[in-house]
Amino acid sequence: MPNGPSSVQAFDPRVIRRDFPILGREVYPGKPLVYLDNAATTQKPTAVLDALDTYYREINANVHRAIHRLAEMATDAYEAARSKAAKFIHAPNERGVIYTRGTTEAINLVAHAWGLRHVGAGDTILLTEMEHHSNLVPWQLLAARTGAKLAFIPVSESGELDLASLDRLLDARVKLVAFTHMSNVLGTVNPAREIASRAHAVGARVLLDGAQSVPHMPVDMQALDCDFLAFSGHKLCGPTGIGILAAKPDRIEEMEPFLGGGEMISKVALDHSTWAEPPHKFEAGTPDISGAIGLGAAIEYIERIGMDAIQAYERDLAAYAMAQLDTVPGLVIHGRAAERGAAISFSMAAAHPHDVAHFVDRDGIAIRAGHMCAQPLMRKRGVPALSRASLYFYNTREDVDALVRSLRGVQEFFGRAAR
Amino acid sequence: MQLDDLYQEIILDHYKHPRRARAIPDGEALVDEENPTCGDRIKLNARVADGRVADVQIDCAGCAICTASASMMAERAPGMTVGDFRRLSRGFAAMMRGGPELSEDELGDLAALRGVREYPIRVKCATMAWHALDRALDKLGA
Repeated sequence: MPNGPSSVQAFDPRVIRRDFPILGREVYPGKPLVYLDNAATTQKPTAVLDALDTYYREINANVHRAIHRLAEMATDAYEAARSKAAKFIHAPNERGVIYTRGTTEAINLVAHAWGLRHVGAGDTILLTEMEHHSNLVPWQLLAARTGAKLAFIPVSESGELDLASLDRLLDARVKLVAFTHMSNVLGTVNPAREIASRAHAVGARVLLDGAQSVPHMPVDMQALDCDFLAFSGHKLCGPTGIGILAAKPDRIEEMEPFLGGGEMISKVALDHSTWAEPPHKFEAGTPDISGAIGLGAAIEYIERIGMDAIQAYERDLAAYAMAQLDTVPGLVIHGRAAERGAAISFSMAAAHPHDVAHFVDRDGIAIRAGHMCAQPLMRKRGVPALSRASLYFYNTREDVDALVRSLRGVQEFFGRAAR
Repeated sequence: MQLDDLYQEIILDHYKHPRRARAIPDGEALVDEENPTCGDRIKLNARVADGRVADVQIDCAGCAICTASASMMAERAPGMTVGDFRRLSRGFAAMMRGGPELSEDELGDLAALRGVREYPIRVKCATMAWHALDRALDKLGA
């Protein structure tokens, strides 16, 4: 695949923004788009759009099947993207790197392909109180099917996991500890390595939900020593509908097929079949070929900018955003962990999150409002919903300033009726 | 459309001072509804006497549109026959989804919610309380 045009030399968000056509849009006339909903999905650079376009225009064919030249080119591009993804997260090998539709499907795949065989009645699946529904509901389903129990690491007021509780929660019955690397609500970055090492000490396996971390910081699956790592392409500048489940070599061999069909077989008779080798064993049917190639292009794009540079820039921008948001009367930030990323949730005294999001939208500013797929966490914090601004490396201090200006307007507008 | 058209003074007034609002402990509401997409929640109690809505109490944790619509309904419904309320509720829901306009007389304060139609994602906010009272009347066999 050709490399997309790169304007990325040194890290300058104003230059980087030119790579994202949508950031030049005015969703409302005269109001340039300020996109602050990156924890939901990120925008796509030209390099990714071009990769998708080129695939369909020039090499579209099914993968791993036909003998013809196009099929070979499509297969090469599809597998080259897998290599990029594997290196990006330092997966032990490519055999354990499976394409999925995204993080949700990756976690469900583990629950079915691994969980049904390795979690039984009386066992415990240990989660945290800050999980996204996608790392909670699959385990509820597995627990219901197997008779396993769920337990939860509590979250403190500041938004940090209570690691002291691990002494009480971790025992030999815990078969899996599944937790988010970075909370999509609180922004908290959890100490993955420490939790993984304590989980392994009691013989438990570890699944790390990297949906919010992999796009924003260097993630080394081997250094963190997690058994499974899941992430989504669309939150790191890639297309929707593609994601990765990476598994340690021992774990991948423990997994049984989840979906059956073409691509995942070796030999098929009428009454039985044998399976293809991993990762294809878990990729039944024609995969999202263009999505995988788009994901590869996104990873390449991000690596050109540099993950360390992205993390440093976002850390600075998040600190600036939090300081500015703190100046808005009646605004309360939820999530004050010492280690945090750039997803910042808040409530406002004068207005409900829906009204906040609606108001700032009219200024061309896209933020999220709602329970953010974390209803148990909302209940624990005693709020029905929150507003969230989540930043990415193409956001600027000007974006933050526009949000803060608009939020002051919210305070004024909804505050006036309170009198 | 301007924000002032959506959030008219009368809506903000109902939002800040919702009518017939009181805290209803969990488990003591006739109807307890949540909007799964946004987390808005309405707990509602109602009484029916002689074929009329006799009382309505609402505990609403929602946005300005949701709360104001609930408040307007709570002001409006008591004293109406169950049949009249159901007709108004149906007509209001249909209008919010782009159906025929109700008359000014039928609408009263509800006219202030017309602007919500411009924002399909907010329509459910405006109709949530009405669904809740409809469900309560079903439960009461009215």
